[in-house]
This record gives sequence, C-alpha cells and structure tokens, in this order.
Amino acid sequence: MNKYLSIFAGALGTVAFAFLVLVLVPRVQLSGVAAPSALAPWADSTLAGREAYVSLGCFYCHSQQVRAPGFGSDQARGWGRASFPEDYAYDRPHQLGTMRTGPDLMNIGVRQPSRGWHLAHLYQPRAMTPGSVMPSFAFLFRVKERAEMGDEILNLPPGVGPAGRVVVAAPQARALVSYLVSLKHEYPAGPAAISAAGGANP
Amino acid sequence: MSAAVPVVPVDSPPSDIAMAERVAADQSTRRPVLLFFHSAVVWLVIGSLFGLVASLKFQFPDWLAGQAALTFGRVRTVHLNAVAYGWAGMSLIGLAVWMIPRLVRAPLYRPGLAVAAAWGWNLWLVLGLSAVLLGYTDGLEWLEIPYPIDAVVVIAGGLMASSVLVTVARRKTKHFYVSVWYVLAAMVWFPIIFATANLPIFGGVEQAAVNWWYGHNALGLFITPLALAAAYYFIPKVLGRPIQSYSLSLVGFWALAFFYSLNGIHHLIGGPLPTWLITTSITASVMMVIPVAATAVNFHTTMVGRFGALQYSPSLRFVVAGSMIYTAVSLQGSVEALRGFNRIVHFTQYTVGHAHLGVYGFASLILFGALYFIVPRLVDWEWPSGRLIRWHFWLALAGVVIYVASLVAGGWLEGRAMLDGARPFMDAVNVTKPYLVGRTVGGALMLGANVIFAYHYWLAVRRRGKRRLEPAWSDRLSRPVIAGVLA
Repeated sequence: MNKYLSIFAGALGTVAFAFLVLVLVPRVQLSGVAAPSALAPWADSTLAGREAYVSLGCFYCHSQQVRAPGFGSDQARGWGRASFPEDYAYDRPHQLGTMRTGPDLMNIGVRQPSRGWHLAHLYQPRAMTPGSVMPSFAFLFRVKERAEMGDEILNLPPGVGPAGRVVVAAPQARALVSYLVSLKHEYPAGPAAISAAGGANP
Repeated sequence: MSAAVPVVPVDSPPSDIAMAERVAADQSTRRPVLLFFHSAVVWLVIGSLFGLVASLKFQFPDWLAGQAALTFGRVRTVHLNAVAYGWAGMSLIGLAVWMIPRLVRAPLYRPGLAVAAAWGWNLWLVLGLSAVLLGYTDGLEWLEIPYPIDAVVVIAGGLMASSVLVTVARRKTKHFYVSVWYVLAAMVWFPIIFATANLPIFGGVEQAAVNWWYGHNALGLFITPLALAAAYYFIPKVLGRPIQSYSLSLVGFWALAFFYSLNGIHHLIGGPLPTWLITTSITASVMMVIPVAATAVNFHTTMVGRFGALQYSPSLRFVVAGSMIYTAVSLQGSVEALRGFNRIVHFTQYTVGHAHLGVYGFASLILFGALYFIVPRLVDWEWPSGRLIRWHFWLALAGVVIYVASLVAGGWLEGRAMLDGARPFMDAVNVTKPYLVGRTVGGALMLGANVIFAYHYWLAVRRRGKRRLEPAWSDRLSRPVIAGVLA
C-alpha cells in the first residue's frame, strides 16, 4: 500500500502547491485591490451588452488588456494606458483574452465612440474596415420595409445591405454597442494613482 | 462473461498464466472501454468538422452569418470542447481503464461504474455543447460549459476514478510500472483542478489566473500524463523489450508533476497580473525541459536499433511519431514562454499552431496508435485494411505539419507586424491571410484522416471483411517472411 499512498500524496502535494502559488497567494495579494472610484459598476444596459459579448465569444479574437510601454506596441497604437488589476474589479467573467485577431478593446469607447459606426461594423465589418476577417453579425439585425418608432436604423455605405429597405438593430446589437462604447479606462490607476493620492488608494 | 476466461493449470509456464491474465483483464474492461472509444471517435468527427468550419470562416467571414449558433465564437468553442474533452478525454480514459487491469494484474472493479461514467461524460458534453451553441457559456476559455452542467461530469469522473482506484488497490503486483503512476496522478489531478476552476467565487484578474492555471493543466495534468502513460506502455510492449531506464522515467514523472502544474500563467505574459506570478510560470515553463528530456532520452534509447519495426506496426508508428512530436512541442512551449519571444508571438495564430501540435501531433497520434493496438483485442477482429491505416497515418501527419507550419510562420509575421506601432493594425491581419488558407488546407487533411479512421474503426468493430490471420499492416511483408514467422 505504501507506494500507492506515495503516488497519491505526491500528486496531491504537487497540485496543492501549484494551487497555493498560482491561485491562493494571488487571491490574497489582490484582495487588497479596491475598485477605483472613477470606475462605475456595470449599468443594466451595458451589462446586457457585456453578456452578449461573452455569449457570442468576442473574447476569442479581442483582448481587453493594454500592455505597458516597452512591451509591445499598445501605447504607440493609442490603445490607452497600461491596465491594472483594479480596472477589472467588476468583471465576471474576466474577458482579458489571449488573441488579437482583432484589436484590443479595453478603450474602444475612447477610440471609436460612434454608435452608428459600431452598428454598421457589426452588420458588415468589411463595409467599415476593408479586408477585415471579423464575421458578419447579421443575425443581430432586422430588415424592414420602413423603420418604426424607437428603431435604431443603420446608416450603411452604398451597396451594403438590402436595396430599398432599412436595417435596424435588434435589442442584443444595441446592448452590445452600448457596452462597447462604454469601454473607457482613462482614469489614473496603478502605482501612479497611488502616489498621486498620497500613498493611499482612493 | 467470466465463463469465457480461459482456465490454465497452476503449473503452466509463466507466459501462459500472464496471457490468461491479460485476456481476463481485457474481458473485464471490454464493455466500458469500447463505449469510451465509440464515443471518442464520434466526438472526433464532430469536433474536427466544427474546426474546419471555424477555419473556413477566416476565408469566408460572411458565411453562415444568419444564425447566432453558427458564429465563429461558438463554432470554435464546440470544436475545442469536442476534441479536447470528447475525443482526447474519452479515448484517454478508455485507454487508462484498459491499461490499469493489465498492469496491476487484477480485473477491473465493477465495470458497470465505468460504463455509467462513459454515459455521464457523453451527457455532459451533449448538454454543455448545446448550451454553448444556444449562447450559454461561462465565458472562460477551456471552461465554457456552464458550471451547473459540470456537476454531471464530476459525478461521472468520480464513478470512473472509484472503479480504477479500487482495481489498483486489489492489485496482484508489488511493482508499479510508470504508466500506472501517470494514470493515478491524472485521476487525482483532473477532478481537483476542474472542480476548483469551476467554483463561482473568482472575478477580475484573479479569475484570469485561475482560468489559465486550469487551462494549461487540462493539457499538462490530464492529457499529457495519460498520453505519456500510453507511450510508456506501447513502445516497450510492441518492441518486446523493457523501457531503457526505470529511474529516468520517475525523474520525468516527478519533474512533470512539479513544473507543469506551475506553467499556466505564461498565457498572461505582459498582462495586468503581479510580475512575480508571471515570472514563476515562465521559470516553470523553462524547467519543463528536464522532464521532457528525460522522457525523450528514455524513449529514444529504447527504440535505438529497432526503428525498422516502425514499418510493420501501425501502433508503434503512430506512438513513436507522437512521442517525437511531444519532445518538439514541449521545447517549442518552453521557448514560447520566454518574454522576448512571447512579446512577438503572444496574441497571434502562433499559439494556435502550438496547441494543435500538442493535442493532435502529440496526444492524438499516440491515441490512434493505442486504438490500433487495443481494438482488435477487444472485438477479436483485425483491422480490415492496411491501406486505410497508411492513408490515415500520412494524411494525419501531412495535415498537422501543414497546419502547424502555416500558423507558426503566419503567426510570427502577424506578431512582427503588430509589434511595429508605425504599421496599421490591418497589416497584421492582411499578412496572416495566406497562412490561414494554409491552415484550412492542413485542417481539411486532418479531417480527412479522422474520417478515414472513423470509417475503418466502424468496419473493425462491425467485424467487416474476411477474418485475418495476421495484422493488416503486414500486407507489406512478403509472404515468405510471414510464413517464416508463423513457422
């Protein structure tokens, strides 16, 4: 039985050690990170959009993490200041992402605040960004003979969309765009914010 | 069923007794193992079809844009889960269930538990992947299946583990072969990492750390140890000689246990996590050279002088190719974790190429080899066609080579373009496009290989064709040679 137990104990021991180092210690260390006062919790409209973002799997191609100067070209591209743990205080599930098949979206609301652009881009990415490989999300839109009260109508370039009819955004598309244009992380954060506040995290 | 076990007199030669024990072991595992294999082969075909659709979407981004269920983000997710948990997961478990009774010389304890586990595992995947297609996801890579549904697989895994662990406790051997070490450890590791990562208590960057601690360990502490257990079993088995060094295999085991479990956070290099945490994972990734070298040296020195056998044994050919790719993909991973290199390839298709070299080139090739060995012994029928096996091997190998070479080259160029802030982002997209076509070609060949294998598997389990006296691969041998061997 001894050898059986030693394999068992060894396997348990190694995985427990890894859990301690990679999960538990960071959890304790990060538990002191408070949400910045300038970062608002998700509103109902943006939260519904975030759910659409997660459900459609946007994070498989778009990251939400800006890297520090000196590590990649994020700063040169104007993607915003480097991200810090406190920027994600309200994010469940996290959407940091591991691919940049498309650009980082941590500050997409700063770079591209136009709802109209985002709606048209979701409907037909290549109409706004020639050469894009992003899938068309046409299923988030409705084609109608004429618009009704409260419809958000797409302003599409000539030749895109059905001729003589209007394309309007379904609720999920509207929520998704509300979420995207809300993505702004411009307030000071990280060590700079702490020293500016006189040593304490505001 | 036990009535069919051949009875040998107690004073029989040891080889006869060992043979009878192996037959008894196989009879105890036949039902659950075949169920795991049938399921795995179905998931392989489904998963690779979804993979090809996902790849084609890069060439035709307006294709299948009419339904949310067929958008890239969901098709890709079904692909990953179907091949990782359905194909690799279920065939590896079937393999473990088959190996353990042979290695500990005791029949499987309550095969019904393992049968129930296989059904449970399938139920989990059917429910989970339907949920993903309908838009219900936990939103974490490798952990997409909604956590309430995950309860099903936790129960299934528990049933499976109890059957195997009791079997080992009732063993007749004093000695544990290294494959048993890997199987036992994987059975301890997987439930722990899976249950922990699914706890709904994490958020923000801390959740990202848990996510990748799990994501990498699904490979490092589940798929890899079970695939290595198979390689350690089949290379000596087919060659008919022991593994070169017992102690080296233990060095490989413990170094893998310690270092691999710490690798995960290298998926977040440059990200907003504590630097010490990322550095720990980079260090552990580099240290993986130790277990990988130990295993590679052990396999190679066992094979030396016997490479000719690759011509006649499809099992050996697949397993050895997979083992060599294990060495390559592991060393690639260690380099990929270095900050200077990662700076270029992180966020690019390079990573996707690496993942496929691991799960297909390493784990799946070994699994194919294992199934070529095991299935005839369970269904009492040789594989009907040597030609189909050869087509399978060369298509699978060519497919994965084209796939990985395309994404390694394309991902590198993509990363270089992204790294230059003066170039527009679309440069990185455009430079990758021809390589994504190469990926679709490689993927189509892999799908072709998988479909051929699935068809041949179906022929074998349905016992189609004429009963063969010798394995199909020996078509290659001249008749006089076979006659000589049989005499």
